[in-house]
Amino acid sequence: MLLRRGEYHRFIADGSPHVYLVPSAAVFRLDNASTAILDALGDDDVAPHDLEGRLADRFPLADVRDTITELLSSRAIRSVDAPLPVVRAELPKKRIPLTTLVLNVTSKCNLSCKYCYEYGEDRISEPVSKPRFMNEQTARDSVDFMFAESGDQKRVHLTFFGGETLLNFKVLQSALTYAKERAEVLGKEVDASLTTNATLLREEIIDWMIENDIGVTVSMDGAREQQDELRVFSNGMGSYDLIVPKVKELLRRHTSRPIGARVTLTKNNLKVREIYRHLKEELGFYEVGFAPVTTSWQRDYAIQNEGFEYMLEEFQALAQEFLATSLEGRHHGFSNVRDTLDEIHKGVAKAYPCGAGIGLLGVATDGDVALCHRFAGSDTHKLGTVVGGIDHARQDDYLLKHHIANKTDCATCWARSLCAGGCYHEANTRYGSTEAPNLHYCDWIRRWSATCLEVYATLSARRPDFLRQFEA
Amino acid sequence: MNHLKAVNRKARAIEAIHEEQDVVALQGTQGPRNPEGPHIPLGCSFVFAPGWEVDSTGSTAGLCQPVERDLYDCYVTCFWPIHVPDLYNHAPDWTSKCAAAQQDWRKIDLIFP
Repeated sequence: MLLRRGEYHRFIADGSPHVYLVPSAAVFRLDNASTAILDALGDDDVAPHDLEGRLADRFPLADVRDTITELLSSRAIRSVDAPLPVVRAELPKKRIPLTTLVLNVTSKCNLSCKYCYEYGEDRISEPVSKPRFMNEQTARDSVDFMFAESGDQKRVHLTFFGGETLLNFKVLQSALTYAKERAEVLGKEVDASLTTNATLLREEIIDWMIENDIGVTVSMDGAREQQDELRVFSNGMGSYDLIVPKVKELLRRHTSRPIGARVTLTKNNLKVREIYRHLKEELGFYEVGFAPVTTSWQRDYAIQNEGFEYMLEEFQALAQEFLATSLEGRHHGFSNVRDTLDEIHKGVAKAYPCGAGIGLLGVATDGDVALCHRFAGSDTHKLGTVVGGIDHARQDDYLLKHHIANKTDCATCWARSLCAGGCYHEANTRYGSTEAPNLHYCDWIRRWSATCLEVYATLSARRPDFLRQFEA
Repeated sequence: MNHLKAVNRKARAIEAIHEEQDVVALQGTQGPRNPEGPHIPLGCSFVFAPGWEVDSTGSTAGLCQPVERDLYDCYVTCFWPIHVPDLYNHAPDWTSKCAAAQQDWRKIDLIFP
């Protein structure tokens, strides 16, 4: 028998060697013997008695044997003869119920952000054939659809998206009222949230948010010079001065749920720490999440190689702040880290990058159901209608095609259990197909995953209480 | 585990399986963890041995394999510890005089603990 290394990523956290195993997504801390065995094995095939011989002067034989058993058992190493498990694209054993429905209540927006995928040069929806606003009936049908597809899920999430959601405030109100009535009848719970650009916030709307315990995310890119570069009205005027008093009022009054800012990073807007400080510390958002703009590579706001490098440095620096703050037992609002820590904690090993088309669906203004809100309104990515239900044949076809087993490029990547190829919409915009893995940020994802693993294992060693929040 | 310290939830699950050494769980697909997996039988039921059966005339002469072969099915391929001595520790030479079961089975000695 010969032994060979399994698939893993090794890293140091809190001064100790650790290993992140693939595809199980288990994280183990290594002791001296297990570290020595993995070192001795390297990338070669070695017989167990050879390994025992090489380590004889450092560890008792029984220890080496025990450790080999443990490494085999956890699949950190494997026997060369043992067949590798073959990953096949297969459907989940049971149909996964719908947990989140995103309603694109309008495709219209009062801003003209230059990078917007709903409006900009890279849009995929069919604006000509669709109504600009969802009507009350479609919203009610969507709510019925949501409950019908939610199976035995007790709690369902209804999310409003746009366009600018608050342009269709009337339909938001009636849809939520109806959802609550139906939830009552069906013995379920409905949780509501929305994303807004904050330009239309006013007292009556904030009252409604408070009264209905709405989760709110504000799309905002930072301080005035960042916000006003691309988040502009159609006449080119920036939106910062208009929204700041409204955002402050929202944050002051609506305190029952944490309110987050969602930042789009572009070539000229990459100072993550500076943006974070403005939004978190000066304006008072509870947390701030960042995502690079989704765009074809040739657009002038697209982030290029050196931009990704700079963005990673900024992310890593802010992650270190997250760690330091968390070690002190205080809250830090960098939500990108928190989301990844949650996945690492649970040991999520993904067959799909996200819940789109599985537990999450998006509804277009006319009631067409698509993979997610980003595809709502695209006929190519339609999975049914709210009245006719999900087209399960199409959904199954989609699930088989997008399974990680079909992403050959990902097969040797240690970060695939966390990434699974990345956002479908990003892939569709970059490569023209939702099935393509996002190869332009592979290295970025691996380095970012490595950082998050280090943060996780350090917290696990020094502040295990911090990780309790992910137990739910 | 003594040399690997489980850090996240998935690692703890792996550790639990390692500690448990549950023969049913080790079959991989069925067991308390995965009640819906297919049952993959191991041992005598898998290799189609006549077992403790009789032929159509009520005797053992017409079975497709000599009935004495059952002995080996029980103690070599089956994980279930029945009716045969412990050949790993206590009685490793138990069948050493029994070259062909159907001829030599009388040479197998009694074993006393």
